[in-house]
Amino acid sequence: MHSTTSESPATEQTGSPTSPLPDSVAQALKIAVVGGFGVGKTTMVRSVSEIRPLTTEENMTQAGVGVDDLQGVEAKTTTTVAFDFGRITLDATSVLYLFGAPGQERFWFLWDRLFTGALGAVVLVDTRRLADCFYAIDRLEAQGTPFVVAHNDFGEAEYSLSEVRAALDLDPAVPLTRCDARDRDSAKRVLIELVEHIRSLVLAQAP
Amino acid sequence: MSLSHRREGPDRLYVITSGRSGGADQNLDAVTLIVAESAPTPGMQSEHARILNLCAGPLSVVEIAAHLGLPVTVVRILLTDLIDTGRVTARHPAPASPAYPLASPEVLEKVLVALHNL
Repeated sequence: MHSTTSESPATEQTGSPTSPLPDSVAQALKIAVVGGFGVGKTTMVRSVSEIRPLTTEENMTQAGVGVDDLQGVEAKTTTTVAFDFGRITLDATSVLYLFGAPGQERFWFLWDRLFTGALGAVVLVDTRRLADCFYAIDRLEAQGTPFVVAHNDFGEAEYSLSEVRAALDLDPAVPLTRCDARDRDSAKRVLIELVEHIRSLVLAQAP
Repeated sequence: MSLSHRREGPDRLYVITSGRSGGADQNLDAVTLIVAESAPTPGMQSEHARILNLCAGPLSVVEIAAHLGLPVTVVRILLTDLIDTGRVTARHPAPASPAYPLASPEVLEKVLVALHNL
């Protein structure tokens, strides 16, 4: 049985557990997929990744201000958050990494540590828990990171996109799309929409 | 994938980094690509040897962390040791150009072509 990724030449190397990149690859790019728990971030990464998604952790030692109510505990705390990622080899010299990460405020240090320099972000929303993505949208807007919003409806549309846009109070300039994160073509379309959106922003700002 | 260090607690991580919690090369991005420049040698710390084996071809910092089952923070410290001794080289992401702070049109075109071909 062939896997759904068998047509991509890059997947020929995935027989090895560590899936090394070609020696000529020198440039790595990043796109982040953010959203609340269970919204389908890892599923979307898996749908398009040439490697089985990997999981690792980032630690941050900090005073805990704005993260948790420490109730008078003065000592530093260590916050640990796990994140998943996948990979798409673009050509002989470039590779794109896709990171799935929780978008709530208390996890945002991941952005500073991991996603600085990302091309852009996909905000994945679930209409049952829209509030999970409010902070991510605010933060992305504030830091000027290009993003699109994708409503993961698991193939069943309950609300129209205009209803979702209104509920999110989303800037009309931010693309909003529907997707099924389990479906490779659907996940791929979301990424293409993001990169086309970034390109339109870049061309609009061109010197 | 299991995160093996969870079973072992912070003491082992402290030993792996020889008691250091800082000193990592701040240029090491999550997707900096690491390439081994030499084979492991006898007596080398086992985590260093494993990194050299993993990085026979280019591999990102986060992939190394995932394969070792160690937090990215710890892996940055281990990689800094190996960079400082010339055992690995690092291929850093290109900095943003002043003309195109988001991304260059050439890079975006390349990404679009690859995504369409997925």
